[in-house]
Order: sequence, then C-alpha cells, then structure tokens
Amino acid sequence: MATVSMTVNGQAVSGEVEGRTLLVQFLRENLSLTGTHVGCDTSQCGACVVHVNGDSMKSCTMLALEAEGASVTTIEGLAQNGEWHPMQQAFQDNHGLQCGFCTPGMVMSAIDLVNKNPNPDETTIREQLEGNICRCTGYHNIVKAVQQAAKTMGG
Amino acid sequence: MVENGIGASLKRKEDVRFLTGKGNYTDDINRPGQTYLYMVRSPHAHATINSIDLAAAKAAPGVVAVFVGQDLLDDAVGGLICGASVTGKDGEVNKAPPRNVLTIDKARFVGDPIVAVIAETLAQAKDGGELVAIDYMVLPSIVSTANADKDGAPQLHEECPNNVVLDWALGDKEAVDAAFASAAKTAEVELVNNRMVTNAIEPRAAVGDYNSGTDETTLYLTSQNPHVHRLVMSAFMNIAPEHKFRVVAPDVGGGFGSKIFTYNEEAVCAWAAKKINRPVKWTSDRSEGFLSDAHGRDHVTKAEMAMDADGKFIGLRVTSQANMGAYLQVFSIAIPTLFHGFLLAGQYTTPAIYLEMRSVVTNTAPVDAARGAGRPEATYLLERLVDVAAGVMGLDPAEIRRRNFIKPDQMPYQTPVVQCYDSGDYHASLDKALANADYDGFSARQAEAKGRGKLRGIGLSSYIEACGVAPSAAVGSLGVGVGLWESAQVRFNPTGNVTVFTGTHSHGQGHETSFAQLVTERLGVPVENIEVVHGDTAKGQFGMGTYGSRSLAVGGIAIANACDKIVAKGKKIAAHCLEAAEDDIEFAEGNFTVAGTDKTMSIAEVAFTAYVPHNYPEGVEPGLDEIAFFDPLNFSFPAGAHVCEVEIDPDTGTLEIVKYTAVDDFGTLINPMIVEGQVHGGLAHGIGQALLENCIYDDDSGQLVSGSFMDYCMPRADNLPSFDVDYAPTVPAHNSLGVKGCGEAGAIAAPPAVINAIVNALGIKHLDMPATPEVVWRAAQAAS
Repeated sequence: MATVSMTVNGQAVSGEVEGRTLLVQFLRENLSLTGTHVGCDTSQCGACVVHVNGDSMKSCTMLALEAEGASVTTIEGLAQNGEWHPMQQAFQDNHGLQCGFCTPGMVMSAIDLVNKNPNPDETTIREQLEGNICRCTGYHNIVKAVQQAAKTMGG
Repeated sequence: MVENGIGASLKRKEDVRFLTGKGNYTDDINRPGQTYLYMVRSPHAHATINSIDLAAAKAAPGVVAVFVGQDLLDDAVGGLICGASVTGKDGEVNKAPPRNVLTIDKARFVGDPIVAVIAETLAQAKDGGELVAIDYMVLPSIVSTANADKDGAPQLHEECPNNVVLDWALGDKEAVDAAFASAAKTAEVELVNNRMVTNAIEPRAAVGDYNSGTDETTLYLTSQNPHVHRLVMSAFMNIAPEHKFRVVAPDVGGGFGSKIFTYNEEAVCAWAAKKINRPVKWTSDRSEGFLSDAHGRDHVTKAEMAMDADGKFIGLRVTSQANMGAYLQVFSIAIPTLFHGFLLAGQYTTPAIYLEMRSVVTNTAPVDAARGAGRPEATYLLERLVDVAAGVMGLDPAEIRRRNFIKPDQMPYQTPVVQCYDSGDYHASLDKALANADYDGFSARQAEAKGRGKLRGIGLSSYIEACGVAPSAAVGSLGVGVGLWESAQVRFNPTGNVTVFTGTHSHGQGHETSFAQLVTERLGVPVENIEVVHGDTAKGQFGMGTYGSRSLAVGGIAIANACDKIVAKGKKIAAHCLEAAEDDIEFAEGNFTVAGTDKTMSIAEVAFTAYVPHNYPEGVEPGLDEIAFFDPLNFSFPAGAHVCEVEIDPDTGTLEIVKYTAVDDFGTLINPMIVEGQVHGGLAHGIGQALLENCIYDDDSGQLVSGSFMDYCMPRADNLPSFDVDYAPTVPAHNSLGVKGCGEAGAIAAPPAVINAIVNALGIKHLDMPATPEVVWRAAQAAS
C-alpha cells in the first residue's frame, strides 16, 4: 500500500491505495464519490470520465498513484455555490439524459469538448463524444445540450 | 387548465440527482462488513464437470467461503425457472430443462457459473477464484441457430431431444396453402435476425444483506421488477419467504429487458448473505455481462407472401427457428411465440397467416426479451418481405402498403393471429411520414448523389406493436405464469402533499416526472408536492414492474384510478364540511366546490380533515390513502411509419443515414419531451442492430467472439443522425388515459427501414444485418 495525495473538487485528499488501484476506484471507494461510474472494463464507455488538471480523462485508464499532486474534478464538483455548470443545466433543459448512468462521464467530456472547441458544429460534437457510450438517448438530445451549453459558456 | 399536467414537456425531477452525482445505483451501495462475490465460470462452451478441487481457493488470503451448486441444493435452494409455458404442435408444453444456480453436472455455455468465491475484497475473491481447479471433459458444442436441431448436433439436455424446446405453429396452414395455390404472384425472403447483447450501460449488480435479529433478507438489485424478483426467488427458489424478503431496485442504469430476469449471481448474493451472515456484493464487469446477461433476437427465418394480381396480400407463410441459448430464462419461450407470432399481421389485412416456429437450445448465453422482444423480429421479416413483394409486383413500396393497410373504419380489427387491434390509422401515419421525409423529392436527391458517385436509397417501415402488457386472463390462457395487471397507491400526507407508490419501475423512463404530471392533472396538487416512489418491496404494494411498454398504459391507469378513489372519498368529506349533499360537490383543479356556489374546500384541506377528523362524516374512514389495481382489457397497439434515407459510398461500403423520419401513433402524450427521448433511444437501438451490433459465437469452439465493447459495436454519437420525430395519434378504445406506450417503437421500426433503404440504394433483393461497411461493400461490388 502507498499513500496518494491530490486535490479533488477543490479539497486536498489523501488515501492508502495499492499500486493497481485505479483512479476511478480511489474516487468511488476511498472518497465515496460515487457519481463517477464504471460501465466497462476496456476503456470504451466513458462513464468514468473526470477532469485531471483540466483535461477530460477516463479515470479507469489511470492509476490512482499517477494522479499524485493532480487537481481532479468530478461531477460532484461542477456546481459552484449551488449554481449548476451550464452543461448540467443544458443536459436537463434538453432532456440529454435518461437513466443517468453514462451522464456524469458524458457531461465531463462535453465540458472539455466545449472548452477546447467553443463553437462546435454537430459533426464535431458527435465525433468528440465518440468515447462516451449512451444506450438511452440516441445522442440526439445530448448534441442539442452541448450546442446550448456552448452558447451559454460564452463560445 | 392544470399547470404541468398532461401534455407539458416538464423538465425531469430525477435529473437533479443524476446531474450532480447523487444517483444511487446498486454498485454505489455498500453495507457494513460487506464481502465480495466472484463467479468462477466455464471457459468451455460445453463440458462435463468431472471434479472440482476447492482446497486451494478456500485457503487463499481473504477468502470467506466457497460454494458449489450442491451447497445450494443442500439448502433446498431451487433452480432458475422459466415463467412461461407454451403448448406446441404435439399438444405438449415446451421442454423446460432444469437450471441450477451453479451448474453441477456440466457447463453448457462459456460463462456458465460453477463456483462462487466470497472474500473480504473483490481482488481476493478473484485471486481465490484463480485457485479453483475444475477437471473438465470438453464436449463438442453447437452455437448455430439453424443447425442446432440437425442430425449429429451435440446435445445439451436429456430433456430436449435434438435440442428442440418447442415446435410451435400458429394460424391456418390449409388456408395459407390454398392462398399460395391461387396466388397471382409470390414473394419470399430468407433472413437472419442477428443476436444482440442488450448492454445497459450500468452493469448488473447485487448486494445481499441478512439481519439475523429479524431473520430478514434484503437484496439491492439492478431490477426492472423488484416484486417479481422477490416472488420468483421466494416461491420457486426458496431464498427467503416473501414477508421476510425485501428487494430494493434503487436507481437502475437502463434495463431494455435484460434486468427483468432472475440471474444466478443475485441468487447467490441473497442466499450466501444469510449463510455467512455478512453482506455479499457482486458487480458484473462488462465482460461478464457479455457472457451472462440474457441476449436478444437470434432468429433464422424464411418468409413468403402470396398476392393476388393487384398486389393484395392473400397469404403469409413464415418458417422460423429461434435460439433460446443454453437454458430458458424467465420469459424466453414466450418471445418467439406469443410476442412474435401474434404481430405477424402487421398493419395489413392479410387474411391467412401461418407460422411454424421451432425454438432450440444451443451452447450460448440464454436469450430472452430485449427492447421490443419478438415484435422487432416480426416487424423485420414482414417489412422486408413487403418490400420484396413490392419489387415482385413492380409497385412502389408505399403503394403496396396502402393497398393492404387495415383501414380506420375496420377497427376493431380481428387479425388471423389472435390480436384484435382497437385503433390506428396507418394511412395517416404513412402519409405524414412520406411528407416529412419529402419522399416525392427522393429521385432528385438520388440523381444528385449519383453525380457525386454515391448511392442513395430510401426505405419504409410500417410497424405495429402490442404493448401495455397485458390482460392477465389472456396471457394466462396462453401459458404466462403471472398476471400482468399493475398497481398504484396514492397517499395524501396530512399536510397536503402526496406520495404515489407505483408497482412499475423507472430506469431511465422518467416516471417520477410523468407520473407526477398525471397526478397533478387528476388531483390539482402541484407537481413539486408529489413524490413518485418505486423500486422497493418494503415501501410500495406488489407490482409487476416495467417492460413491454406497460408502465403508463397499465400502471398509469392504476394511478388514475387511485386518484379517482381519492376524489370520491374527498367528495364525502367536503360535502360534510360544506354542509351540502355529496352529489352537489364538484371537483376541479384541486378544489371541491358546492355546485353553483362559491363554497369551496381545497383537496389539501380535505386531506387534513381526513387525518384530523374532528368534524367528519359518519361512516367514512379517516385518512386519505387509496390503492388501485388495474388489469387491462386488451393490449395497446402503438404503430407508425418510419422512413430512412441512406447514402452509400460504393467504393468503401461506408454509409450515412442522411435523414431518419419517424411518425408514431402513441395516443396521448403525457410528457412529449420524454416521449421523444424514448423514440430517439429506440431508434438508436434499432439502427444499432441494423448497422453495427452483432453477437457472434465461434462455430468451432463456442467461444464468444464479441465479448467486449471493443468487439461488439455499440452505436456511438458519430454513427447516428439527428432524428425527425412526429406523431399521428389515434384514440385507443381500451385505455382510459388514451395512451399506448412508446419505449420500444424505435427498436421495432428502425431495422427494416434501414435495411430497406440500403437494399433500395444497392438495387438488390436482400442483405443481412448488421450492414457493416464490409457487408455493404461486398453487396455493392456484387451488384455492380
């Protein structure tokens, strides 16, 4: 076991982990931040996407120890002072979620997408979200949500 | 007009927790002292188990207990059951080979669970599992649907000679033979309905917990129907008596059918929690899900249509074989029979229909209901055949459909295959779909595409489904082992807000919102003061759960009826308080009023009076809390017309859906935003089957080839277009809310629309799903 320390949602945290412990396990099991989900075992589904130092990251592809000293943001850390992030609001406004299981990863990926492409067209949105699988929505309303958020995020 | 009532696209209540990471899914639940279950599964498709050596596993660090099938039998735990029995051509019900929770004598598919290892951590359970030594004698296996019943095929079960579970026939063979003998023209197509893995994004999971002080077992479970799970595990598996057994299905991350069924792993969690007196948790990883979740579809079919000289359908003959997998699941035998055969009339007046359906076992995972469940298979064969028939007759696909549609003035329409449709206007939905798709402008677009070296095609699908599952007496007479009514309880709290308990379960459908809209419409209580509760056998009354697009069409009426009981009782209370006759009390928008006066009392005041009955009518019970059970008189029949337009690059086989147009008849929409989302999701499922998804087992080894998201192609955002969704509603005769169900439509309608478009683009008769670029490229090369 080793000690790992990082900042998660603005708070300094540390914990004891095995070398093989994944970042997603550390978040879910050590920190009880269960908003980040696990939907596959081959890094395909994207349900576990979080932000690591501002970039979207499948937290099943990263060891907890690799995040030593990093700043991690999860779905739980998006709202500020009770105000939702524009992407959260856009997903609700456009019915961009159904069962909610892929949603946290989808929202985190979408925010990174808009941060890096402030005015994405539909094709760009669809291609950039290729790493997040949703079985419920058919993506139609997710695309609309990202388009709305891109506007409200100031793109 | 009630605010946020029926017809409002109200934003969803449940989104708040899902968008802030506060959802509560089964894998998020941890109990004090929890242990972890790992299943040792057969790596072989078919093998006799000679011996199992558990010594090393039991001695491994952290291992708490190791169990084999006999341990459960010793505790009188029953096997997994099929809840339907269907009578075959020979007058006998289907074979039902037994299935132990952990298989004992032999393994019958890759992933068949054999040993349960329970340890302090998941890693230790897996490490312990590695030390289980099983001596197998590997047997030849059979995975092919078409070949399972052939001479010399490896045999799975003594109970199923030639691997046949059921030979079933439906309809009038002589009438169909006569139709073909007199036909002016005939059309035929042979097709495969590809096997799908349902793949809800939340993997299955279970946490068993036992309280020795109360002798109560609690099972947290990814379930679409927690009461049914409790019933089956109590009545047939002897896990715990119902009154000492609580099943909780908390937030569930998608179901699509796969979470209806009783599975081995959850039975072990519930049973072992008592056995070791500690909580036991199991969470499927995706690979285990591919191996062990119930799969869907998997038919091989020959379909033939007899027509008169005008292209009127006079006889339909279908010969099909369905793969049940290695064992029967909860509904499985009902799917290729009742849920498939009864839809073969489609939207057409075909007077004579005959289906021969043979269900076989193979060395593959069990197959059962998956979004649409039998109805996609029926629609696919029929709508493909209709397009082939149009080609034979030299008619436009829209025209041959029009010539054969059941007309609105023929409703109710008794089909030759049991179902009696109550409503529908198939001309109206087709006309609207063709207009929305600019069908008339297609040839110009096709010519323009040709100039760019691209092949454009357009395809139609006029589908019907039987939803609102289902009238209990009807399904009971057909061999389904349960009633398919639904229940609701509407409880006013003394302060005037409302808790609604529904026997259905929401795993993405948004019931907490749309059911609250229904209650606000009926009772006038603001939606924010209505809480819809589901998914916990300790909270609500017995209910049958969610599948077959039944939640609103059946469960919604139970809620409405419970609301009506509330109003009826409220009138008595209000009449007393307002010193008026009960018959003079009117109720509207949350207020009881003496007719023709301004004397009024809000429903909240009535509720308070019911709980503080100081001034109260004689003979009326205190409290305002009503329960209703509703058993439908008929199925509901959502229907519609979909149009798919594709553009193909013949040099690469790549394909783009350039426009997808859906026009559906779902009757009344409670929340149009949610309904449209259901259509989108269904379309993605159906287009996924048509273009991308295919569950493949290796013919020689029986190994699952498509065992991960790297090998099994789920639809991604860049595989799909945005959709054009519209409606052409009609009023159902048997549903007091006017609703029909919407969750499965897209998955049913889309596959033939897509394949018809591809076939049209390539100028060929048929190609099998999934139409991957390779399949399309080969077909394009062969056609050119």
